Amino acid sequence: MSLDTQEEPVPQPAGIVERLVRDDLDRKRFLKVVGGAGAASFGAFVLAACGSSTTSSTATKAALASTKSTASDTGDVAILNYALTLEYLETQFYEKVIAAGLFSGKVGALVKDFGAQEASHVVAIKGAVVQLGGTPVAKPEGKFPITSASQVAQLAYTVENLGASAYLGQAANIQSPEVLASALAIHSVEARHASTFGTLVKKPVTPDGAFAKPADMSTVLAAVKPFIA
Amino acid sequence: MSNDRLTNPELAACANPELAACEVHGMSRASFLLRGALAAGSVYGASAVSPFVSSALAQGGGGDAEILNFALTLEYLESDFYNVKGTQVGLSGQAKSYAKLFGEQESQHVEALTAAVKQLGGKPVAKPTFVFPADDEKSFLALASVLENTGVGAYNGASPSLKSKQVLAEAGEILQVEARHAAAINLLIGKSPTPNQGFDPPLTKTQVLATAGPLIK
Repeated sequence: MSLDTQEEPVPQPAGIVERLVRDDLDRKRFLKVVGGAGAASFGAFVLAACGSSTTSSTATKAALASTKSTASDTGDVAILNYALTLEYLETQFYEKVIAAGLFSGKVGALVKDFGAQEASHVVAIKGAVVQLGGTPVAKPEGKFPITSASQVAQLAYTVENLGASAYLGQAANIQSPEVLASALAIHSVEARHASTFGTLVKKPVTPDGAFAKPADMSTVLAAVKPFIA
Repeated sequence: MSNDRLTNPELAACANPELAACEVHGMSRASFLLRGALAAGSVYGASAVSPFVSSALAQGGGGDAEILNFALTLEYLESDFYNVKGTQVGLSGQAKSYAKLFGEQESQHVEALTAAVKQLGGKPVAKPTFVFPADDEKSFLALASVLENTGVGAYNGASPSLKSKQVLAEAGEILQVEARHAAAINLLIGKSPTPNQGFDPPLTKTQVLATAGPLIK
């Protein structure tokens, strides 16, 4: 870590996730999901949850009214949609690993815990996108080589390290302190997952040493591309 | 630190499923986003999300140098714990190798934070003297778990208040390593590597000092 680190050009977040989805998924399906009713009903649920506080629901409505038309592809919404894509993939990864029944006992219990935690990240981020007036990105269809327990644990180590570096790479790009607090709370959990798999596959728990390395959006999206059907 | 939620009335109120009961202090804009996270958390029973509202966002004042000095104090503490106490209690095996590795990394954090405070024009805090209630491997690792997990919450709590994005990015690089330490130590002593489930809650300075304060002479 040094304070005079050169500022790397930050990739324009607008539309990167959308482009990835367009590249890798059927375009019609993407449009259908974006236009679908799921997001709307989730938003209604969240608004209902906020409803009994007058100030917050007023602020929420005002924020929604002012951002609805423009917020979807830029700024925090774009970052959250990028994170949502990663969380969708991680959730599906754990679902497939659990379904394959490769792990039992303590490790099996950890895998189930981690899968549930990724699913809770999906719900939280999706809710956040809606509350910011954006449209949650379509759920990608993941494909993962689920072979042996040792190979899956190795892949999990790679995926979780990537996830942790992806969150770290966005921390300084996030505008809203609320979004930042949420992202940090998730970031350290991804790091815990990565560390856990490090101990399981006898790899370093701190592969970057004392200072974790961030990864930018294009690097991460290129790295996850093989895992999208 | 789930106990804090039980004993702190404000946090206890926020742990209530009635999410809308959580009020935000000092925010010109209601924390609508976090309410969404809270709503999501309640679906999954992850009530750990809720203290965001009252702690992460209520850590005003001080400026970046002061926040970094607070972090520096914690890093001094962790560094001394591993590098000094860790060589006194007779560690072996994985505990010994973690103490050596993590101790080196905490020392690097001390150096980096000292430099960062200076770069911001601040005066790095002096290294305190510490007293660690640990006299064998078991008590050492138990305390290591407390310190590392508190460290994660401390960084998660303080980071959103940092003004400089550069400093924030650097704090994140350290924070992630603390989370990795915390998980590894927890696993070693048979605790969950993710004691807060899907969301590591931020801790306030007061909450951190409740844990770290008694260790400072």
